[in-house]
Amino acid sequence: MSHVRVLVGTRKGAFILTADAKRSRWDVSGPHFAGWEIYHVKGSPADPNRLYASQTSGWFGQVMQRSSDGGKTWETPGGGVTMEPGQMPKGESNKFVYDVSPPTGKPLTTHQWYDGTQHPWEFKRVWHLEPSLTDPDTVYAGVEDAGLFRSSDGGTTWQELAGLRGHGTGPQWQPGAGGMCLHTILLDPSNPKRIYVAISAAGAFRSDDGGTTWRPINRGLHSQYIPEATAEVGHCVHRLALHPSRPNVLFMQKHWDVMRSDDGGDSWREVSGNLPSDFGFVIDVHAHEPETVYVVPIKSDAEHYPPEGKLRVYRSRSGGLGNDWEALTKGLPQRDCYVNVLRDAMCVDTLEPCGVYFGTTGGQVYASADAGDSWAPIVRDLPAVLSVEVQSLP
Amino acid sequence: MIRVVLPAHLQTLARVPGGEVTLDVPGEVLTRAALLDALEASYPILRGTIRDHVTAQRRPFLRFFACARDLTHEPADAPLPDAVASGEEPFLVVGAIAGG
Repeated sequence: MSHVRVLVGTRKGAFILTADAKRSRWDVSGPHFAGWEIYHVKGSPADPNRLYASQTSGWFGQVMQRSSDGGKTWETPGGGVTMEPGQMPKGESNKFVYDVSPPTGKPLTTHQWYDGTQHPWEFKRVWHLEPSLTDPDTVYAGVEDAGLFRSSDGGTTWQELAGLRGHGTGPQWQPGAGGMCLHTILLDPSNPKRIYVAISAAGAFRSDDGGTTWRPINRGLHSQYIPEATAEVGHCVHRLALHPSRPNVLFMQKHWDVMRSDDGGDSWREVSGNLPSDFGFVIDVHAHEPETVYVVPIKSDAEHYPPEGKLRVYRSRSGGLGNDWEALTKGLPQRDCYVNVLRDAMCVDTLEPCGVYFGTTGGQVYASADAGDSWAPIVRDLPAVLSVEVQSLP
Repeated sequence: MIRVVLPAHLQTLARVPGGEVTLDVPGEVLTRAALLDALEASYPILRGTIRDHVTAQRRPFLRFFACARDLTHEPADAPLPDAVASGEEPFLVVGAIAGG
């Protein structure tokens, strides 16, 4: 019988939630890495027992964690205790160093700062981990200050894909309120050379050669909060999503505006339609219906909580084209709710019917086992949730 | 042997819960740089958690104490107190009281 494993990153540790295919009774394990910020935990599609976790702290910096047994035990690849100093591993797994060599990084060392001056690139943390679709030892990391790294040895060592920072627009990127972070990495299942990423506040970018060269894909975005509303870069993209069967169709939750592209990001159009607010962070696509899309509207950039104190997921069955966003409220608080749902905190499973999950800054993780028609909290009182991923397991 | 007390989170990370770390630090004169080098050699997971990987600069929210003195801003290659070098007193890595 199939089952699901939900991987939750919070401000004070990671939690692993498991249930059978009914998804009605849940076991909760954790906190793992208690007291640390866990920005993201994600499993390898090629080996579901291989998990990667980004463990981070304002005091102690970045630590990478890896599990080979579905999260029962964890190791720090390339680090850990050794009793024989002469034979210890190098401990490189926490080391993210920007590549500024001429052939790749093109000595790019500064980006735009809040006051308009140039500021050095400084590594702060890993926001998002995206394991390869085919190789359990290959994993991508989106980091702050914005850059993309890849490990091909199970997270032991990391190399920057510096063509992203170095492609030319990097000096125009600037931090949003949450920092200048690369938070979304989408791997095209039909084309191993195609990668999409999104950066706050720079925009969306695409590589068609496996991450060596990159170009902005922001045509059609309109952001009134930047000096040139339709600029090539500078947009605060919060999240991208795609359906594996149609990887050329992208959905975007921008700072404001829900957007759609039917040409791999070459052009975008707004599909916010009848949403009560088109500000938000998360967006995701139903596992079996490529035109069914989910968002969680947030009141505004100044007020990061649901409109009217009602926590509502909105679902469109037309990919946003039909002005048909419907509020999904059954089981969700419809009064006095002032939580936020952060950008990596929504996901879908591949069971039938499709399960949808999201976590809140109030520490709840909500699950729907019927594609959003009804919801129930798996847990209510975790630390603020930063990320939610789900694995559908045999 | 040199004695080092780590913040609780680094004790967990290095799997030395509740106690001091003891180190054999090579060299005739004990300095902070030599002590941290030896610490990171014995516990590689601590690399980058106390000092930046590249610049070797102290992370901003950590400080160094020994013998009731704040040694944070002493040069990394300055001699540490004799009582630390003799193992009479521990070298303390302390996390700032900050955050939530």
